[in-house]
Amino acid sequence: MSDTAVSHDFSKLPHLIARHPQDPGSLIMILQEIQREYRYLPCEALKATAEALNVPLSKVFSVATFYNAFSLVPKGKRVVRICTGTACHIRGAALIQDQIENHLGIKAGQTTSDMEFSIEVVACVGACAMAPVVLVNDKYHGGVKVNTAKKILKDG
Amino acid sequence: MCIANPQELTERHKEYAARAERFPKKVIVCCGTGCIANGAKGIVDAFQKHLADRNIKDFTVEAVVETGCHGFCEQGPLVVIEPHGTFYTHVKPKDVASIVDKTIVSGELLEPLLFRDPVTEQKIERYQDVNFFAYQHRIALRNLGKIAANDIREYIAVEGYQALAKVLTTLSPEQVIDEIIKSGLRGRGGGGFPAGKKWRTCRDVRSDFHYVICNGDEGDPGAFMDRSIMEGDPHSVLEGMMICAYAIGAKQGYIYVRDEYPLAVVHLQKAIDDCMANGILGDNILGTGFSFHIRINRGAGAFVCGESSALMRSVAGEVGEPRAKYIRSVVKGLHDQPTVLNNVETFANVPIIMHKGADWYRSIGCANNSGTKAFSLVGKVRNTGLIEVAMGTTLRTIIYKIGGGIIDGRPFKAVQTGGPSGGCLPEAMLDLPVDFDSLTKAGSMMGSGGMIVMDDKTCMVDVARYFLSFLVSESCGKCVPCREGLYQLHELTLKICSGEGTEADLEKMEKLSRSVIVGSLCGLGKSGPNPFLSTINYFRDEYLAHIREKRCPAGVCKSLITYTVIEEKCTGCVACITACAYNAITGDRKKPHFIHQDKCEKCGACVAVCKPNAIEVK
Ligand SMILES: Cc1cc2nc3c(=O)[nH]c(=O)nc-3n(C[C@H](O)[C@H](O)[C@H](O)COP(=O)(O)O)c2cc1C
Ligand code: FES
Repeated sequence: MSDTAVSHDFSKLPHLIARHPQDPGSLIMILQEIQREYRYLPCEALKATAEALNVPLSKVFSVATFYNAFSLVPKGKRVVRICTGTACHIRGAALIQDQIENHLGIKAGQTTSDMEFSIEVVACVGACAMAPVVLVNDKYHGGVKVNTAKKILKDG
Repeated sequence: MCIANPQELTERHKEYAARAERFPKKVIVCCGTGCIANGAKGIVDAFQKHLADRNIKDFTVEAVVETGCHGFCEQGPLVVIEPHGTFYTHVKPKDVASIVDKTIVSGELLEPLLFRDPVTEQKIERYQDVNFFAYQHRIALRNLGKIAANDIREYIAVEGYQALAKVLTTLSPEQVIDEIIKSGLRGRGGGGFPAGKKWRTCRDVRSDFHYVICNGDEGDPGAFMDRSIMEGDPHSVLEGMMICAYAIGAKQGYIYVRDEYPLAVVHLQKAIDDCMANGILGDNILGTGFSFHIRINRGAGAFVCGESSALMRSVAGEVGEPRAKYIRSVVKGLHDQPTVLNNVETFANVPIIMHKGADWYRSIGCANNSGTKAFSLVGKVRNTGLIEVAMGTTLRTIIYKIGGGIIDGRPFKAVQTGGPSGGCLPEAMLDLPVDFDSLTKAGSMMGSGGMIVMDDKTCMVDVARYFLSFLVSESCGKCVPCREGLYQLHELTLKICSGEGTEADLEKMEKLSRSVIVGSLCGLGKSGPNPFLSTINYFRDEYLAHIREKRCPAGVCKSLITYTVIEEKCTGCVACITACAYNAITGDRKKPHFIHQDKCEKCGACVAVCKPNAIEVK
């Protein structure tokens, strides 16, 4: 998966879509699967979904842009999710975010040019008792400190 | 596998209860999200490895149980040895051998693993005696940390699905609703609407399709009660939904789970599959002729989808925009059919109410607020975690007894409840009983159960700004008062935080808040100004310090603070010089260091490494 947007294997797409009931109610669930597979929603996938469910592409697009979980641009290999929920905010999440952003040279919502890292902020990941929390892909890091924030990027 | 009738369920209960008791000692490893993050799976592996080549009488690897969240996440990974209740905290894989050889085999205590009370500094042996647990009253969280979350046999062993069997065989739907009304159960998702009344309204609407939806969206940033219940005791949620379905005549149910909770989805799906395999869910449940199906829908990261009409649109695969509620969603909800939407915790209370009776439930709590409420007690409190207390317990008991007071013994400033729709209460309110009505009267609200404790280092203007920025980004944009009003409120808080605010701005904000409350379409906007209104009400001084003195008393707002070295305290260890990424600190070893204000970015790296606390932020 070193490559960026252009060369994806779309052969799995029909299978991903066909796993769900082919009615408009499945739209969000199908987009979630596509997001998981490709780590974003490629244009081809949106078109295929619209066709399969027989809904206008504009509707697929409106759903894809409404929900925070979906991205229309490719994400890095490792997605760093900084929790900025209330419990984490009170315990200094903003300072942690500054550290990580400075270290990677990108802002939240962006991806490094080598496609290694993306930074996202998320309002609560449900581990509030260990605030402040940072996730690297699906791994939780609790009790992150300003001076240890950079380290967690290394061990993923 | 299929359980053909209620009698068979009772037999299974006996069989599984005996099975659960087959070892005289049991090791419970907490596998809630918090403990997993701290390495709980490594502990389970270590037990398996260690026990594989040992032959201990009456103790095998099957006596090691992975449960849901105990709530005491900050102390994790947690290990409890039942039946005595020996309580070990911060357990590491290397401790496992001694736990088995010393504690299990010869009954010895491992002192270093015991919990030390932060107030008395005493080591405590049993978890029941730890204040964090001793002051709680667990009903909705009754099985958390007690049974294996992923094993239906363990749920049946603790009389799971007995309430369902009783309801299906001995009560009419009307009687079920009467019992829930009598219990006084109010919705735990925030509003506190009486659950039984909602069920009755729904039942009374004529339709071929009624729906039950469980709201597991848990949007309040800073709350994780629902997550823990769905992960740690999914069957109690399913049982509650089934009882509701029987009462209102629904055949299909949905659980809407927040996108950030993948483990909850896995555990709920396993629970659904196990129920289907055992004849407890699906067609002809327990041979009674009653049929009900449950599907899981994952949210996709939108706070507004916790709101009833938005959630129902999202379940239908659409954009989650709320609608005006001329007709309520219990009458015209999912696919325009009558729908009951209740919160996860609400449903988790239902089975035990039907099992033990409405009178029992009403005997707990206080007037008009029966039962208990789960909270996520977090922020600047010593013991953070998931708790459940009887309604009417005071904030002081929660924060000082269960929570053990404020971190580092700092002064308490405020406690925030109700999430982005709630408010902050000051020290003078610490003796307020926690129930729906008292909190609302005090200008906050119960909300879904986030309880965030703040100390003198938390800036109340920044807290208001924080919630407003959250709401601005989560507003769906459909109605103008919410979209534009909250945006302007946020801009004005930014202005105050940067020291540019005026007292006229405060007036403007108070006026604008009233318009947003009156004019917004859904609860997000209607309650959006609350964090501002409650902080300006109780902490006006702090706003004025920002405006008149250009000062942030808590040392948070970057434009108004400076970092300086307190020379008397500085030992000249150069730790801060190494830590500073901006080369803003200079100085020689063993001599006081100096921070150059022109280079300082106020990132806090120096404070984090300074052992003698020699850096002042003012
Ligand atoms: C903006 C907004 C967000 C909400 N988020 C949630 C939520 O995350 N979880 C929840 O249970 N209820 C939430 N609610 C309340 C629900 O609309 C609804 O009242 C509740 O789920 C009903 O269940 P209950 O009566 O059992 O509390 C929210 C309401 C609003 C207006
Ligand atoms: S606020 Fe960060 S995990 Fe909940």
